[in-house]
Amino acid sequence: MNNDTVVPKVARRLLRTEPNFRMFSRLWRVNWFFVLLICVLAGIGYVALYSAGGGKPVPFAEPQLIRFGFGLIIMIVVALLSPRVLRLMSVPIYIIAILMLGLVLKIGHVGKGAERWINLGFFQFQPSEFAKIALVLMLATWFHRVGREKMGNPLRLIIPALLTLLPVVLVLKEPNLGTATIVGMIGASLFFAAGMRWWQIVILVAPVPFLGNVIYSHLHDYQKARIDTFLHPEHDPLGAGYNIIQSKIALGSGGMWGEGYLHGSQGQLNFLPEKQTDFIFTMIGEEWGYAGGVVVIGILTLIVISGMLMSLRCRNRFGRLVGLGISVDFFLYCVVNLSMVMGVIPVGGVPLPLISYGGSAMLTMMFGFGLLLSTWVYRDEVDSGGDG
Amino acid sequence: MPVKSGVFTRRALMIMAVQAGILGTLAYRLYDLQVIKGGELKKLAQRNRTSKRLIAPSRGTMYDRCGVLVAGNFPNWRALLMPEETTDIAAVIERFSAIVPLDDRDRARIERDRRHLRRYVPLTLKEFLSWDDMARIGLNAPTLPGVLVDVGSTRDYPLKELTAHIVGYVAPPNEADAQKDSIFSLPGMRIGRAGLEQTQEDRLRGQPGSVEMEVNALGRVIGEIERVDGLPGNKLGLTIDTELQSQVLSRVGDRIASAVVMDCRNGEVMAMVSTPSFDPSLFDSGVSHAQWNAWMSDSRTPLVDKAVSGLYPPGSTFKPAVAMAALTSKAVSPGERFSCPGYYDLGGVRFHCWNRYGHGSINMHQALKYSCDVYFYQVARRCGIEAIQKSGNLFGLGTKLDIELPHTRAGSIPTPAERRKHGFHWNGGDTVNAGIGQGLVQVTPLALATYASRLASGRMISPHLIRSINDQTLPQSTFNVAEEMPFARSDLDVVRGGMFAVVNEPQGTAPAARLSIPGVQMAGKTGSAQVRRVPRALRESGHFNSMNLPWEYRPHALFICYAPYDNPRYSVAVIVEHGNAGATEAAPLAARIMTDTLLRDPASRTPLSRNTVASADMTMSQQGGMEDKIP
Repeated sequence: MNNDTVVPKVARRLLRTEPNFRMFSRLWRVNWFFVLLICVLAGIGYVALYSAGGGKPVPFAEPQLIRFGFGLIIMIVVALLSPRVLRLMSVPIYIIAILMLGLVLKIGHVGKGAERWINLGFFQFQPSEFAKIALVLMLATWFHRVGREKMGNPLRLIIPALLTLLPVVLVLKEPNLGTATIVGMIGASLFFAAGMRWWQIVILVAPVPFLGNVIYSHLHDYQKARIDTFLHPEHDPLGAGYNIIQSKIALGSGGMWGEGYLHGSQGQLNFLPEKQTDFIFTMIGEEWGYAGGVVVIGILTLIVISGMLMSLRCRNRFGRLVGLGISVDFFLYCVVNLSMVMGVIPVGGVPLPLISYGGSAMLTMMFGFGLLLSTWVYRDEVDSGGDG
Repeated sequence: MPVKSGVFTRRALMIMAVQAGILGTLAYRLYDLQVIKGGELKKLAQRNRTSKRLIAPSRGTMYDRCGVLVAGNFPNWRALLMPEETTDIAAVIERFSAIVPLDDRDRARIERDRRHLRRYVPLTLKEFLSWDDMARIGLNAPTLPGVLVDVGSTRDYPLKELTAHIVGYVAPPNEADAQKDSIFSLPGMRIGRAGLEQTQEDRLRGQPGSVEMEVNALGRVIGEIERVDGLPGNKLGLTIDTELQSQVLSRVGDRIASAVVMDCRNGEVMAMVSTPSFDPSLFDSGVSHAQWNAWMSDSRTPLVDKAVSGLYPPGSTFKPAVAMAALTSKAVSPGERFSCPGYYDLGGVRFHCWNRYGHGSINMHQALKYSCDVYFYQVARRCGIEAIQKSGNLFGLGTKLDIELPHTRAGSIPTPAERRKHGFHWNGGDTVNAGIGQGLVQVTPLALATYASRLASGRMISPHLIRSINDQTLPQSTFNVAEEMPFARSDLDVVRGGMFAVVNEPQGTAPAARLSIPGVQMAGKTGSAQVRRVPRALRESGHFNSMNLPWEYRPHALFICYAPYDNPRYSVAVIVEHGNAGATEAAPLAARIMTDTLLRDPASRTPLSRNTVASADMTMSQQGGMEDKIP
């Protein structure tokens, strides 16, 4: 074992045909309750997109369902990959993600004043989505090797800090402040969960208010405008503040029980901007009322909590960190999107995972859930004492 | 052996607590938005969803007494811009002006509309589009988002100058109007600015309809929720006979004059001419500066309706009113004679008679017939200015008449008390001058016609222009229902006799006004109103002839009359500005007008033979619907 070089061993492992019964037992170990929750969420997404499409399966609901099908397959496949394989994959995935972030700056498709998309011909790809998953894998691998006891040494944190900052800076340059913040927060949550010392946290957090000012002064005009319109949407009700006001109006008109499915006046009459993507929750809130909205929030909460519990149940450090990172990623998506449509934070192009129309967010999220499920499938694998 | 996972568990639980807290907060925020503030936001949503548009009513039409269209509507193709359907209004207007040129006035109006119009009210870019304009707009439609061509209606005055002063005109409403009533912000709305269009605005305008529509965020109409049809404006039937009006106008010719023909039984104004006139259609799209300045600098004041706004001294036409004052106050009896040596001295001032050789000793009948000034100087002194004012006012002179026109002036018969109130002195000479309708007495042509009607009928005839509303004839058009005047019939007959003599007796002042219609006689009174005092030296030289004066100093020529004398139907008042003498200029003109009027009267025509009637009926029924137009 010791003299085996890493790569041939991986190749042999990947190619090795396993007995069918082991395959089935692993499938059995998949957390099907969690899969059910995800399917319920995607089902809500289908119903909402059906309404956003004016009561028709095209143009939104059906393509999204097909993507979800692909996503499910990706998720199950990834769920069966062992932590070892995942750790080996983490470096190349991270490098690919960084390269794509660099590429998107060069050739990215310009959408709404920001370069975010790579057009793959058949499908537009958002590298920043993928970068979040790659970062989770990368940091989990790194901290897995470092181990909790050595976290006290600041030198051990420099490299993961750089690994985090690199995608953050690249995403910022796109420029996509919202996603950059999410990437940064995912990194931070992994540092925190991996056992970073409190004094280190204090040193890092203390200069944040100062940095906030510096960042604001370097923001693009459209980003500043977003913050300003968020603070004073009434200044320009038909301009930039329109989205926030219309979203609130639509939610308010839903009331307790909603205007009824396919009968939301604001959504159906196009008063709601981007109702099939970022503002899909508003549409749900208008048609199903607070009752429907709170159910969706409940399901999102259940998914976050199950993810966190799965990571807690996991007995290896890598799995725990991956599970936590993915859960935090999902949680941040939800919170940013919900806060945005409810007018709590400035508008930024963050979709509601699995509900909003959009391929790359859906597929990367499903890939992430695959990782999460894999930590559950391999929950009982323990770290060998000497590993890291 | 598993690594101790205490730290991870603690921290993961901390993160979970934070997550649960944040999600809980968001759930509360949702409750706040949807349930607590829901009602308030729902109202906003309703406003988002519906859009109310007003539909311009069609303006009421006007017909003359024979059913001839006087004011109608005809289609006006116009380019509108829906502000909701375009993002950059200024750019669209620029592109539009490259296709259909907009002049400065258009641009100023568009700019003004843009400021105060609401987003759902279409902006009028250009009216009265030609066929070519419409084709070009259609061709360039893709570059003109929100621009559409629609048909509205514009005011049409087929008779143009003929009825301009009576009918008036409409013009685009100004900013103040638009603020008063939102209906004026509708494209193509017009507001009456003169004549009946102005005074009957409320009747003509109609009720705007409205349509409430479900719209989307782009303002595109998704469906109609509720439609309330508007009411078109009332159809007005006028007392004017446009054919007679046209005859009167041609009789007047190029004189600067005013003539009023009135039915003296009910006060219907059958013709009312004021020359020169103007084309009221020019106002509909807004008058050009050049045209406006031309009208304003014209000393003949084409825009002023002289019949109701022109003030003239009545001159000798005032004498019947003075005579009635004297008779009613019992100051003078009809037979009492006054001597006229050709002048009358009062307090060192000499007042002349128009006949410098004098009329000798004459009674009232003769005084009217000869139009003796000295007789009326003395009568005026005898009965006093207050009695003259009272009598004049009863005849409609110096009082505001209740006719349906704007800017009608009352004129005046001032009394010493009123003059002193305004800080003027009153001389005995003022009373004397008032006796012959000079000096401070001022009247309008319409008032003179009313005066003639009241003299003829002995009733308080009140002039009016509207005969019917929506084909319902108004009670004011009924014959002989007006209140009787507070004059003794015998007194009136004395004055009427004098007026008969003016036209029909030898040595009357207006033999030229005798009618040529057999069996119909006319009573009248001439007037020549000085506009300037004749200098004493000139008068005494014996060579004074007002015809030698420059035109603007010549006296106005006036004539009032009614006919037939024994059964009065019509009264006519004519004023020819600077026409010099009523007897030679106004009287023959009035006689011709009266002849025209009487000949148009169906009663004066020879009865149609049986055959002609039958064939006329045939034609009528064949043409089908013709009857509707004849009231």
